Amino acid sequence: MLRHVCFLLLLLSLPALAVIETYEFSEPSLEKRYRSLSEELRCPKCQNQNIADSNAPISQDLRRLLYEQLEAGATDDEIRQYMVDRYGEFVRYRPSFSGVTVMLWVTPIVLLILGIAIAVMTLRGRKQTAGANEALSEAEQSKLRALMDKAESDK
Amino acid sequence: MPARLKLFFPLILFIVLAIFLVRGLSLDPKELPSALIDKPFPEFSLPALGSAQTLDKAAVSGQVALFNVWATWCVSCRVEHPYLTELAKQGVAIYGINYKDEDTAALGWLDELGDPYIASIADRDGTLGLDLGVYGAPETYLVDAQGLVRYRHVGVVNERVWSNTLQPIYEQLQSGKAN
Repeated sequence: MLRHVCFLLLLLSLPALAVIETYEFSEPSLEKRYRSLSEELRCPKCQNQNIADSNAPISQDLRRLLYEQLEAGATDDEIRQYMVDRYGEFVRYRPSFSGVTVMLWVTPIVLLILGIAIAVMTLRGRKQTAGANEALSEAEQSKLRALMDKAESDK
Repeated sequence: MPARLKLFFPLILFIVLAIFLVRGLSLDPKELPSALIDKPFPEFSLPALGSAQTLDKAAVSGQVALFNVWATWCVSCRVEHPYLTELAKQGVAIYGINYKDEDTAALGWLDELGDPYIASIADRDGTLGLDLGVYGAPETYLVDAQGLVRYRHVGVVNERVWSNTLQPIYEQLQSGKAN
């Protein structure tokens, strides 16, 4: 009995309704740009999602806006600028290079150079100490010989 | 000596990291400065809620005022509503932006809870909200007499927010106008 009820209930469940709407584009190239821009623009409400992934109402609005602007013939830069004018640099996952974002862009390069420099210095230092161990000074040579002779005679 | 200094390198690195992390604890990532600070309030032409009148920027400019973005679907708006009513009683000029809402529901809300707004702009499609950079209700914008946006508060306006943040700017702008 229970089994049948469960089965009937299963039939009642609807497939999850798709929250992300689709747009019909007049040209395939527009759809491509829509996809890349909606992945590059960040949802202002949800901190860590782009507007393509987010189903927040604001992202829906921004996607519709993006669609309308693309169909109206706006360039990528115009659209980005439009969003930044309203929501600030925050909406861009690929921020522009400016005084505020200079740290973001420069720090990884600086860290990489620093890392390479440290690695090179360490390796060079290791080689030098290794080289120093190879050759014994005159005094050390004679000391070693004396020790070995002693060991030989102790036998 | 340099070899000794090298020993301190991890400690220095740790301290620098710790400073950044401690600083990060007290930063609120949700606090986004509005892109419109010190920029003119956007132009618009939208109906006034509950009347046949059309409002534009000129109709709501000319004094230091708060622009409160609200909607009946917004739970926090209900929380802040009584405090806005109190502020309005104290003589603070408040305009409402009824954001992506239905007029009948909005009018019912004002009937039931009181109307602190000089007028409410019926932004049914969220076009003004978009130009303002609204990303959720409630938001409150402080606009000066010249029509420049001076501050944006995201979230509920309560007594603490008002006396700590909004009121000082509000009074400063008002005295600036008097001079």
